[in-house]
Amino acid sequence: MIGALDLTTLQEIWWVIIAALGAVFLFLNFVQGGQTLLFDVAKTEDEKTLIVNSLGRKWELSFTTLVVFGGSIFAAFPKLYSTSFGGAYWVWTAILFTFIIQAVSYEYRKKANNFIGQKGYEIFLLINGTVGVLLIGAAVGTFFTGSNFELNDYNFVTWTHPLRGLEAAFNYFNVSLGLFLIFNARVLGALYLLNNLDFNSAPLLEGRLRKSVLINFVIELVFLLIILVSLLLMSGYGVTENGQVELMSYKFAANLWANPLDIILLLMGLGFVIWGVYITKYKAANNGIWYGGTGTFLIGLVVFFLVGYNGSCIYPSLTHPQSSLTIYNASSTHYTLTVMTYVALLMPFVLAYIVYVWRAMDLKKLSLSDLKEKAY
Amino acid sequence: MVEAIDLGMVNWARALFALTAMYHWIFVPLTLGLSWIIAFYETIYYRTGDESWSRLTKFWMKLFGINFAIGVATGIILEFEFGTNWSNYSWMVGDIFGAPLAIEGIAAFFLESTFFAVMFFGWDRVSKKFHLVSTYMVAIGSNLSALWILVANAWMQHPVGMEFNPDTARFEMVDIMEVILSPIAVSKFTHTTSSSFVMASLFVISVSAWYLLKQRHQLLAKRSIVVAATFGIIASLFVGVSGDEAAYEDAQHQPMKLAAFEGHFVGADPSGLVAMGIVNTSKKPGDDQQSFHLELKIPGMLSLLAQRTTIGFVPGINDLVYGNEVEGIMGAQQKIPLGKIAVKSLADYKAAKKVGDQVKADRALKTFREHEPYFGYGFLEKPEDAVPPVGVMFYSFHIMVLLAGLFVTIFAAFLFFVYKGNIEKMKWLLLIGVPMFFLGIAAQEAGWVVAEVGRQPWAIQDMLPVSIARTNLDTGTVAATFFMFVALFTVLLIAEVKIMLTQIKKGPEEEK
Repeated sequence: MIGALDLTTLQEIWWVIIAALGAVFLFLNFVQGGQTLLFDVAKTEDEKTLIVNSLGRKWELSFTTLVVFGGSIFAAFPKLYSTSFGGAYWVWTAILFTFIIQAVSYEYRKKANNFIGQKGYEIFLLINGTVGVLLIGAAVGTFFTGSNFELNDYNFVTWTHPLRGLEAAFNYFNVSLGLFLIFNARVLGALYLLNNLDFNSAPLLEGRLRKSVLINFVIELVFLLIILVSLLLMSGYGVTENGQVELMSYKFAANLWANPLDIILLLMGLGFVIWGVYITKYKAANNGIWYGGTGTFLIGLVVFFLVGYNGSCIYPSLTHPQSSLTIYNASSTHYTLTVMTYVALLMPFVLAYIVYVWRAMDLKKLSLSDLKEKAY
Repeated sequence: MVEAIDLGMVNWARALFALTAMYHWIFVPLTLGLSWIIAFYETIYYRTGDESWSRLTKFWMKLFGINFAIGVATGIILEFEFGTNWSNYSWMVGDIFGAPLAIEGIAAFFLESTFFAVMFFGWDRVSKKFHLVSTYMVAIGSNLSALWILVANAWMQHPVGMEFNPDTARFEMVDIMEVILSPIAVSKFTHTTSSSFVMASLFVISVSAWYLLKQRHQLLAKRSIVVAATFGIIASLFVGVSGDEAAYEDAQHQPMKLAAFEGHFVGADPSGLVAMGIVNTSKKPGDDQQSFHLELKIPGMLSLLAQRTTIGFVPGINDLVYGNEVEGIMGAQQKIPLGKIAVKSLADYKAAKKVGDQVKADRALKTFREHEPYFGYGFLEKPEDAVPPVGVMFYSFHIMVLLAGLFVTIFAAFLFFVYKGNIEKMKWLLLIGVPMFFLGIAAQEAGWVVAEVGRQPWAIQDMLPVSIARTNLDTGTVAATFFMFVALFTVLLIAEVKIMLTQIKKGPEEEK
């Protein structure tokens, strides 16, 4: 059945899957955002313990989503994987470091004799929530702004900038995207904690979290505005009718115009986030995470759709535009995409058991009394 | 194809990957095996309702969690390194190699990570039954993850179910079932998981032996030993059978690996197996020196291992390097010029396609297809480059086998005395038992050295040497990354060991 689909359709389906995984990861970045709240919102040791333990029950999901996101790109768009990871070496290595130190921090933070002390592991969590997210934003930003590489006849990459990817962090658009993700993650982190914690044992924390939602949202809006205005005005690389890659004026505005679904998803996404923030701050609601999360997911989809379709390049080359990658020249074969699509049919089952377990575990809100014996 | 190969950089990249993989593999076997042992303990608790089994389960679960975190942390590095340090490889085989990695994530990692939260934090939040199911899900998830990554690894050892596309210059998958059901994948999965069960059993034996020596938590220790030693003995049987199968498959598909780990330079019919020996490390292929300074050889055993008969010919390193006309073996010396023709005809094909000369392109493609089986050899400079380091291989293999034999004896001894009821009095056995876990790590690492060093110089056996598979990076960049990882791994290892030892000293929660 799936094998009867043509290659182009499979490539487009797989970009939707990659976009969905990326967007879910952005939603799950509430873990990273929550980690940064340890340093300004949490004021007592009990509050810190509550936050770390609440996030500690979810960090693996976010981590696994990142791994699956990477693995799926490897399988479905191997040229993107090899070009970006092999080329932008330092930026990916730096991102990797921030996730390695995150992975041990929850388990080791409170354990006796943990070598670098509780504060050390909390700093690890902060680095992951700030530097890690910033660099991920910068890396995704290069999908729009381009990178410095060339591919030879055998599709082997040569990077032409000495900073090997870190130069992405010196572009205002990439940095804005990274900062937007940091503050959006902080908004989501606060929304998640409001939903997950029982505040009877930490009554002051609730008020601080609600305040934090609004403050971080306002900052996030500034960067979002920069990104949206830039997107509407900036040029982007696209493929012409004769197959050549060229820099095209107002490319992303044209993509939005050509695909009204993107505009609808973007507006819905923004609306959901704003509604989530509004009801949290002004209606004392605790379910804002579901609106904020859905909104983030939709915005995330649009980010990936904008570079994937309408003749755009998912990974443009600034130094040799004809080396630029599109979803059509970077993908696996028809056979592999078919196999992978069958595997992707497992996704709804995976999602179903995640939702089931999440509900079962979160039916009762987390309080300090739950943490006496089995705490991070 | 690749203008200037910097072997210094390639070796740094290999060192970095080896460092990461070996570090990762300190923790993973424990996760694979301990997850089952914990599930068995919890099953007993579920069926008997005896709270002491619950405390025992929670104790081992705590140690499992400490180990699990660092296993997860180091696992992601390998996925990234395929891209960052082996980007040509990622492109050339991503169409095949990427699929098991993605399936691993979708089908295994989510299972593992979702139910991990229930296993650790769900005792008071879900029913006993759901909790037990979650513990089994973690065990199944982690072992499924091993299955997929080992399928990917087996494909590197024995590339099947694919063809080379000269237009994209990559290997493309044509039969996923051939990839999954490759005989090397089957033996690799059974050998790796069963040896991981052995290592986890040794961990339980080591900790329990220490408690018995200290006369602490004696009931917990004895109960732990019964389950772990039984599991260890059963797993050891699988280790033996799958190990024999792995050696047989090596003989069929990677004869150089078999010859190297046996220090077998000159092929013979029948061939003897060197049970113990001191390798002559100055020995080179084709020279007249002895292979060993000292050796204890069992006649016909290598033929039995490799050919399932005591009278079969087993090619030696010299045969595989220089060829053996009598036995009909083509050596690297004969394959290299043919490989160079394949490499050149591929370049001609691409050049002709570029200028639109279809006739020339067709001719070049025909030549390429005729020489395609030797493609990888076209990148080797000399026939001797096809030989992995013999000394490292020989000692790693023999240490692994000797230790595997020791472990079965240890399991049997512990089981015997625990049933006899006087294990706590067997001080000598308990003293031997304590360091067994570290020997387990040594055996595991030695096994991976045999598997991966034995594949050298290939990233993909016979198809793609590591010198082509690497990313275009300078030596300093990779060397700097290597030392960054050494520093990070050192800090994390110290933290892990200190935390683990502290928790072991603390022991399980006492009966209320």
